Amino acid sequence: MKKTGAEIIWECLVREGVTTVFGYPGGAILPAYDAMWQYPVHHVLVRHEQGATHMADGYARASGKVGVAMATSGPGATNMVTGIATAMLDSSPIVCITGQVGSKLIGSDAFQEVDITGVTLPITKHNYLVTRAEDVARSMREAFHIARTGRPGPVLVDVTKDAQQASCEFDWDAAAPQLPGYRPPLRSRAAEYELAIELLNGAKRPLVLAGHGILMSGAMAQVKDLAERACIPVAMTLLGIGAFPASHPLNLGMMGMHGEAWVNHAIQEADLLVALGMRFDDRVTGNLKTYAPLARKIHVEVDRAEINKNVKVDAALVGDLCDVLDELLPEVRAQEHPEWLARIDELKGDADVRDIQNLPDDGHLYAAHVINDLWRETRGDAVVVTDVGQHQMWEAQYYKHEKPRSLITSGGLGTMGFALPAAIGAKMARPDAEVWAVAGDGGFQMTMAELATVAQENVDVNVAIINNGYLGMVRQWQEFFYGGRYAATPLLNPDFVQIARAYGLRGIRVDSRAQVIPAVREARNHGGAAVVDFRVEKEDSVYPMIPAGASLHQMIRRPSPIVETAQDA
Amino acid sequence: MVHTLVAHVEDRPGVLNRVSSLFRRRAFNITSLTVGPTDRAGVSRMTIVVDTDEHGAERLTANLYKLVSVLRVENITGVPTVSRDLAMIKVAAPAETRTELIHLVNVFRARIVDVAPESLLIEMTATEEKIDSLVEVLRPYGVLEMARTGRVSMARGTRPLGHADASMPGDELGLQAAAAAAAGDDGVSYSV
Repeated sequence: MKKTGAEIIWECLVREGVTTVFGYPGGAILPAYDAMWQYPVHHVLVRHEQGATHMADGYARASGKVGVAMATSGPGATNMVTGIATAMLDSSPIVCITGQVGSKLIGSDAFQEVDITGVTLPITKHNYLVTRAEDVARSMREAFHIARTGRPGPVLVDVTKDAQQASCEFDWDAAAPQLPGYRPPLRSRAAEYELAIELLNGAKRPLVLAGHGILMSGAMAQVKDLAERACIPVAMTLLGIGAFPASHPLNLGMMGMHGEAWVNHAIQEADLLVALGMRFDDRVTGNLKTYAPLARKIHVEVDRAEINKNVKVDAALVGDLCDVLDELLPEVRAQEHPEWLARIDELKGDADVRDIQNLPDDGHLYAAHVINDLWRETRGDAVVVTDVGQHQMWEAQYYKHEKPRSLITSGGLGTMGFALPAAIGAKMARPDAEVWAVAGDGGFQMTMAELATVAQENVDVNVAIINNGYLGMVRQWQEFFYGGRYAATPLLNPDFVQIARAYGLRGIRVDSRAQVIPAVREARNHGGAAVVDFRVEKEDSVYPMIPAGASLHQMIRRPSPIVETAQDA
Repeated sequence: MVHTLVAHVEDRPGVLNRVSSLFRRRAFNITSLTVGPTDRAGVSRMTIVVDTDEHGAERLTANLYKLVSVLRVENITGVPTVSRDLAMIKVAAPAETRTELIHLVNVFRARIVDVAPESLLIEMTATEEKIDSLVEVLRPYGVLEMARTGRVSMARGTRPLGHADASMPGDELGLQAAAAAAAGDDGVSYSV
C-alpha cells in the first residue's frame, strides 16, 4: 500500500507500540505533523525541544518502554542535544525524530539546516539521516530495535522534508532491521563463571554494588535472591536506587560522593565486590588508586566496553543481568556472614538513625525535613523525579525507595532542568502513579516553561522546589574548596507561587517546618498539579562528602549534626 | 606502544566519520588510518595504527564494536602479519645527481614512475621502516613532495579476517557470518 514518508513515520510509531509523542512542530517536520491526525498517537506539545527529550526520557525510565520526541530541523534539533546526551549517559531508550531540510538543499546552509546527525554522533547510540521515503520504515524499525536492546540508549532519525513528502510502497515486514554489525550480547566464557562462583562462595566480606542495569534488565528478583542466599549486603548507586527495597535489612543505602559513610567504609574493607549493572563512575569510586584495595571484583555488565574501563576486575560476566544471574544462582552456596554484618553495624554506629521527624523544631526548615515529610506523606509510594544538585542528594538520602523505577534522576550527565519535564513524561507513562518533581530553585528555572505543558495537558504532577536562593551545590563547593567566595551562585528568584498561579496551577509557599505536611497534603489532594515553594535553610550542605578525586574513606562529615541522629538532639 | 587494529565495517556514508569520531571522543591518537574496499561488496576494511597501551587497545576494540556499522575488529599487533605502506616521493634530480639517484632507487627496490627535466617521481611499496630509510637517504638530494598511504596490514596464514567458517543462508554479503565470527572463539560479543 502506498504511503508518504510522513505517514510511514506514524505507521512505524504505532506498530512499535508508541501511544505518546512529545514534540514541537516547525517547517521541516510539518509534513509529519500534517499526517499525525490519522493515527492513534497522543501528541504532547512542549514549550522547548529540550523538554520533549527529557519527557521522552522520563517516560522511558518510568515505564521501560521507548520514549519518543519529535522536533524540526536546525534549532529544533539542536535544542534536543542536552536531552539526548542526558539519555545517553544514563542509558535511557529514546527515539528522537527530527525534520531536515530537503535532500537537495543539504550542505547548502539552507534556512534552519544543521547537520544534526553529525552533531549527535558522539551522544547517540546510533543515528540515521533518511533522504528517501523508501528508507523511512527500516530506519524507524532499526532505531527502536537499537534503542531498547543491549545497553539501551538514544537513537536519532533525521528525515528530510522531501523524504516525508514522497510516497512509496509501505511494507512493514520487508523493513525488518538488518544490522549485521549490531549483535545482542552472547554469554561470557565458562571460565569467568567458574571464577565468579568460586569468589562468591569463598568471600568473607562480600558487597553487592547495585546499579541502574538491574532496573533495565528487570533483575530485581535475581539480585534479591543472590543477596539473601549468600547473605551479601547491598550498596546502591544513585541510579540503582529502587532496584533493591530500601527497607530490606541487607540494603545499606547509597555509595559514593554523597553516599552513606558506612557504605563507603564497607567498600574499602570488603574482600569481594559484586558489581551488578553499574559502571564504576568517578562519583562512586573516588580516587581509583585507593578504591576497594582489599576486594576481588566480579563485574556483571551488558556493555563489554565498561569492563576494566575504570576498575580492573577479576571476573567479567558480559551479558544481560537476568541471564547471567539465572546461570550463576544455582551454583551460589547459602551463606552467612555474621562477622561482616556486625562490622558494618559497627561502621554505622548510630548514624543510620535518621529519624529526623523526631528532632525538635529549632525554627529552621531543612531540605532533609521536606524530603522526609514527603516520604512519610506519600508512604514512599510516589515516583520522584529529581533535578541535579543538593536536593538530588538529599532526596537520595532521605526518601526511601521500595520499588523499581520510583526514582528518576539525571545521574551521568547531571542535567539541571531535568526534573519537571521528566516528571511530565513519567506521569504520562504511568498515569496511576503519584509523581513528584523535586528541583532546586536554580534547575527548576531552566525548564520552568514546561509548566505550560502541565497546564495545557492537564498533567497531575506536583513540584517541590527546594528553594535556598543559591545554586546550592556549587555554593557548597565554593564554601569547601574556593574559600567561601560565592561567585555567581546567589539567585534572585521570582515568586514561584505567583508563577504557578499565572499558569493556572496551585501555588503553595512553605517557610516553616510546621507548614510542610499541610502543604504536601494540599498538593496531593486538591486535584491537579501544584507547585510548592519550600524556603529552606540557605547555606546548608550535603554530608557526607568525598571531595572529587579523594579516597572513599576521606569523607567530609557534618561538623555540627543537625539531622544526623536522634541522639544528637 | 603501537597497536594495529583491522576493522571490517559496512560501506555506508559516514562510517569513517563514526570511527574517527570515536578516536577523538575517547582521546586516542591515530598514527595512521587506511580504508578501502574488500573482496566483499558492501564491506570496507580499515587498518588503524594507534599509539596506546594494551589496556587502551582493549578499550578501543570494545568501543569500536559498539558502533553499529562495525562488523569485526581484530588486534593484529601480536600476530605475524605482512604490513605495507606505499610512498610517492618527488625528488630534485639535476643531471649531476640523476645517476646516483637511479642507483639508490634500485638498491631500495623502489621504482621510478615519472621522469621530468629537474625531478624524478619515485614509488615504493614496503614496510614503513624501509620507506623511512629511503626518505632519509633521499633527503640530501632535495625531497620536493611526498605522499604516503599509511599502513595496511594482513595477518599471515590461511584464516582470513572477516570470514566465517561457513556462509549462512540468505547472507549474500557474508555479513552475518562475519558477525558470528566476530563473536570470537570465546563466544563473547561486544556490540550493544
